[in-house]
Amino acid sequence: MILDDGSTILSSAIRLAAPLAFAACGEYLAERAGTMNISIEGMMITGAFTAIATSSATGSASLGLLIGAVAGLLVGLVHGNASHRLAVNTFVVGLTLNVLALGATSFFHESSELTGHQVTQVSIPVLRDIPLVGEPLFVQRWPVYLLIVFIPLTWYLVERTRWGLELRAVGENPQGADVTGIRVNVRRRQALLWCGLFSGLGGAHLAVGAVGSFNDNMTAGRGYLVIAAVIFGAWRLRGTMVGVAVFGFADALRLALPAVGLRLNSQLLIAAPYLLALAAMVAFVRRTRQPAALGKPFTRGIV
Amino acid sequence: MSAPTRPDTPSGPGASVGPSASSGPGVLGSADRAVRALLAPTRNSGGSPLAVAALTVVTVAAALGITALLVAAVGGAPGKVFSSMIDGSVGSSSSLSQTLLEATPLLLVAVGACVSSRAGVFNIGQEGQLLIGAAVGAYVGLRTQGPPALVLTMTLVCSALGGALWAAIPAVMRYRRGVDVVVSTLLMIFLAEQLVSFVVSQPALLQETRVAGQVVAPQSDALAPSFRLPMIGDYPGFTLGAGAIIALALAVVVSLLLSRSRWGFKVRMLGHNPLAARHAGVREATFGGVALAISGAFSGLAGGVVLTGEVYRLQPGMSDNYGWDGLLVALVARDKPIAAVITALLFGALRSGGGVLASTGVPAYLIDITQALLVFAFVLPPALLALWRAAAGRRRQAAVARAAVAGAAA
Repeated sequence: MILDDGSTILSSAIRLAAPLAFAACGEYLAERAGTMNISIEGMMITGAFTAIATSSATGSASLGLLIGAVAGLLVGLVHGNASHRLAVNTFVVGLTLNVLALGATSFFHESSELTGHQVTQVSIPVLRDIPLVGEPLFVQRWPVYLLIVFIPLTWYLVERTRWGLELRAVGENPQGADVTGIRVNVRRRQALLWCGLFSGLGGAHLAVGAVGSFNDNMTAGRGYLVIAAVIFGAWRLRGTMVGVAVFGFADALRLALPAVGLRLNSQLLIAAPYLLALAAMVAFVRRTRQPAALGKPFTRGIV
Repeated sequence: MSAPTRPDTPSGPGASVGPSASSGPGVLGSADRAVRALLAPTRNSGGSPLAVAALTVVTVAAALGITALLVAAVGGAPGKVFSSMIDGSVGSSSSLSQTLLEATPLLLVAVGACVSSRAGVFNIGQEGQLLIGAAVGAYVGLRTQGPPALVLTMTLVCSALGGALWAAIPAVMRYRRGVDVVVSTLLMIFLAEQLVSFVVSQPALLQETRVAGQVVAPQSDALAPSFRLPMIGDYPGFTLGAGAIIALALAVVVSLLLSRSRWGFKVRMLGHNPLAARHAGVREATFGGVALAISGAFSGLAGGVVLTGEVYRLQPGMSDNYGWDGLLVALVARDKPIAAVITALLFGALRSGGGVLASTGVPAYLIDITQALLVFAFVLPPALLALWRAAAGRRRQAAVARAAVAGAAA
């Protein structure tokens, strides 16, 4: 019985954490480049809606997933050009894009007839029969397994390529990076494109992977949760993914506890990720693990 | 803090560092020029006010054009939508009253946002500060007895204090530990939402009293009628809540304080160039922190006004995006409280007009899109002009360099 409950909770934790994990790959990379990207919420909801709209029109959920990611990329393109070409305050851009994306997706959702679609579920024989972890790990919608590729890829890009080195330089010391010939705002725009692609994918996975349909405001603050995860992880990918897992688990627990018959304050569980992120910020800031130029716009000239 | 203007203090339009302020020559002319010269390199100079205004007209037209296209895209008639929006926002005395009612909290939030943004502190947690203000106000309004005027005043003052304290937490985190204000205020919105939802679900705290045979909702009891904000006029005629008058008066006061007082000068200095401000003796923690707390106080007061003038009870959903939209109002008003009055009226009209959109077959979410597009229409022109100017400057430099090379070769 305990094993069954544990397996169910773990399973739903992974299901709930997967969209966050995709988006976290993007947000992590953008923040390492020095952009505190709050339009991630808008990217996710755009990805979610586009995915369902595409799969509703074509009948293919997988195509929806792809187009959803591309739609997120477009939001990243707008954000990047507005804040790292036009030098409009990145938070103003992000905030406005969130309002715009939430309004536009709800607007089009209400004025169109969409049918739900869901990508196929993978169920690996034999392995799925392992007690406790078998079902959570080996019975999931197929995009979840993309994470096995994308998380290491993000790590490799940031930590092991020249591009990633330049990206981190841009996030830590844009003036210095500029002097060495790195095009700071180009790197930041590229980082936002990556962020848009993966946040869009995360939102798309939420719609056509985890849920199978679109509701107004279905991301419901998950983008902000991802920002909290990156902070909780002290701007390291491993820590970020631990944060994502913890938040997914807290969410799964909140949904499962009533069924198990345990009473735990649901408000506290919802608020826990944000509390943890705030505590992490207070704890980590002095250790200067945050990219030094995070959230600061770059213009060439005297500091 | 807010010392009245004295002749020997560097304040008033002559010493104003804002780009649109007139530069009247005076006793302080040279000091003024020195300050300008000092601040000039760090300012995001976006061209002349006239050019910005002209381009803004173009971008606003584009925003409205896109809105009309969206209406057409879902099969609506833009003209009909526009006229029903006008009807729903200013067409009758009751819809005009609704517009003013919706504009009031927007204006309060926006005025607060102006103060913090002018100090260079970007507070985006208004939605949460508003909720906390409303919660504190509800506690005071429901738990105290006394003369109605006194209880009402206490409710509003405590709402403002609640918002200020909630905003003071990120301020302390910022100036004690260096935590980024944008992120901390953002995350605290979700804490505030859960806190309010907790408070109204606990019978021991603020959940409504159980009446036999009825379901208890997650909300507080209603405020006693005498503890609510008075209204001028009677429904269905034109009504004006006292909140609107309070908000308008505060907008004027804050505008004057920012532009005319020594305190306002220091706040704006801090926002323009923190380094110069520090060297001039402006303490960042004091002025920035207080600006953030004031911003929170205004959001909290907005919550108190929504509580005592519109909803009458504490509900988790009562903030109704007033915090977010009020922030957008401040962005469109480019952080000027008087401009925020007009913008708040416009956004209030959009909100109340949006209420009747459903009857035209166009989803009311159109309003959110229009509001966001309007924000872009107002923040993009200065940036666009700055970009074009920089590009023109580079072209000029390149031409000069080419000419020099050609001259040397000849």
